[in-house]
Amino acid sequence: MSAVIQAQGLGKRYGQRWALTDCTLDIPARRVVGLVGPNGAGKTTLLNLATGMLAPTSGSIRVLGGRPAEGPAQLAKVGFVAQDSPTYAGLSVADHLKLGARLNPGWDAALARERIGRLGLDPARRAGKLSGGQRAQLALTLGIAKRPQLLILDEPVAALDPLARREFLQGLMEATVEHQLSVVLSSHLVADLERACDYLIVLVDSRVRVAGEVEELLATHHRLSGARRDPTRLPAGQHVISASHTDRQTTLIIRTDAPIHDPAWTVSRLSLEDLVLAYMGTPNHPANPGRNHRPTLEVQR
Amino acid sequence: MIWLTWRQFRAAAAMTAAALAALAAILALTGPGLAHDYTTGIAACTTHSGSCSDFARRFFDHHQGSFLAVSAVVLLLPALIGLFWGAPLITRELEAGTHRLVWNQSITRSRWLAVKLALTGLAVMTAAGLGSLVVTWWSSPIDKAAQNFPKMGPLLFPARGVVPVAYAALAFALGVTVGMLVRRTLPAMAITLAVFVAVQVAMPLLVRPHLAPPTRSTVQITEANLEDFSRGPDRRIRVSAKAADTGAWVLSSHTVDASGHAIDTIPPSPSLSPSAGPCASLERGLSPCLAEIARLGYRQQVTYQPSSRYWPFQWYETGIYTALTVGLAGFCFWRIRRSLS
Repeated sequence: MSAVIQAQGLGKRYGQRWALTDCTLDIPARRVVGLVGPNGAGKTTLLNLATGMLAPTSGSIRVLGGRPAEGPAQLAKVGFVAQDSPTYAGLSVADHLKLGARLNPGWDAALARERIGRLGLDPARRAGKLSGGQRAQLALTLGIAKRPQLLILDEPVAALDPLARREFLQGLMEATVEHQLSVVLSSHLVADLERACDYLIVLVDSRVRVAGEVEELLATHHRLSGARRDPTRLPAGQHVISASHTDRQTTLIIRTDAPIHDPAWTVSRLSLEDLVLAYMGTPNHPANPGRNHRPTLEVQR
Repeated sequence: MIWLTWRQFRAAAAMTAAALAALAAILALTGPGLAHDYTTGIAACTTHSGSCSDFARRFFDHHQGSFLAVSAVVLLLPALIGLFWGAPLITRELEAGTHRLVWNQSITRSRWLAVKLALTGLAVMTAAGLGSLVVTWWSSPIDKAAQNFPKMGPLLFPARGVVPVAYAALAFALGVTVGMLVRRTLPAMAITLAVFVAVQVAMPLLVRPHLAPPTRSTVQITEANLEDFSRGPDRRIRVSAKAADTGAWVLSSHTVDASGHAIDTIPPSPSLSPSAGPCASLERGLSPCLAEIARLGYRQQVTYQPSSRYWPFQWYETGIYTALTVGLAGFCFWRIRRSLS
């Protein structure tokens, strides 16, 4: 098994508005994939397409080699914790575990009990009375104890305070290693993903801007700063992601596979956050730098 | 899935079961006494005077309140079930977002819906069936005494027998379908109620009279079947008669003249004069006057659905509602397979 999610020209339209367009992805297995982008960029749409909650308007998507939500076997392979971690408010924690056990043939009861015990959740407590963090943990427990091959989480930490966020991601990472899961999780905050992810997809305005291994992305993106100059006169193979100018200075963020030899530039490494922000700040920049390459000249924030 | 459905449904089921049990208990306690009163009353009046209509009228008047109340319960039960069990079945999940939890367990949406519909639908029909059964049993003596409410008529027909079960099934399926389309509980409940009431009004107005061609009979107006006799200030006689079949649902009834034309009042005639002849002194009985009316060719023409068609009609109507219910359920399955997130 090579790819957990394969999308070809995937698109979803709501009425006149395209929530996701021309999405082509090939996400390798055994990664923790961060899906990042501003609110309304289409992250939830993409994840809902991957879980079969939505049907695509155009293109196709295969998850673990099958069509999303095609049948019980496909459903068993993919765990999904939807946005806001929905749980049945009237059912107790124990009821939720029973629900998981009844509806999933591969249910790992020992794992679920152990997780609930470790989190200190009272099994008799109703889910509606749990805090946001506890509810998210309960939903995650349901997702993990189902023993899927791929776990998809939509903004799992959005409602959590910083401490709960850290604990949640910590727990997720442990589970990922322990059960050899592939994970896709979305967030609008890079900081959440920085610690956790080794693969990143940046989604802006319903398009995939960039996707790749985090290490590779960091190795191929650079910040160049130097005396003010026209960024169109860069060597071939250096693609400008964002450019900002003061009266005397130009700062570029570029993508290139080759080393940078121009001594006029001061080259510095980017943090993951800088990288994501650079892509988010260029709404008209094409996803594929080779095609329709038109560097932006307007002054960026 | 059965467990989850039951777990989500048990509170509502328990409440309805308790309400039905209370109703059944009250009816079980009062029913035998009611039946006893009726049989002894009928026995007494047949041995005494031979005319039991006075007893029936008194018996009915005495129990009219409870008769109307239990009939209303059976009429309302399907609508309430559709409202409170049907509409929220899916919308509650959609509103809380829990469909995104349950649809991502290892069970397809179709199966989820199938179990929910089947289990809850079964409970719906059981509740309506039991309700109808106890009420039909309890009120059978009153139904017999109720002269203005024939058993084929629009009040009693839908409140007795098997049709309440089919009504409840339809109301439930309607609630689920509307909920799936509207996706919000309160508007779904309102629309369900409006549509169901419209269906229940349209049925006796537009459909039930035509389930079988109505019977038309032309009868002579006699003292035995006389319904109304009056003489207006213009000295015209207005007269009408009942159908021989007291349980029938009368669709139309009018007096016709010798040539078969419907008339409102009988035109003046020397033999019907209020000053002389058989219709002059009505205190001595109407028979001579009615005989004269009959001799002149006036008859009562009644169009009705006879009471012998009670059970065929119950089954026809059950069939129609069942077909509608199955159609709605099919739509729900089609709809849930398409994107609904």
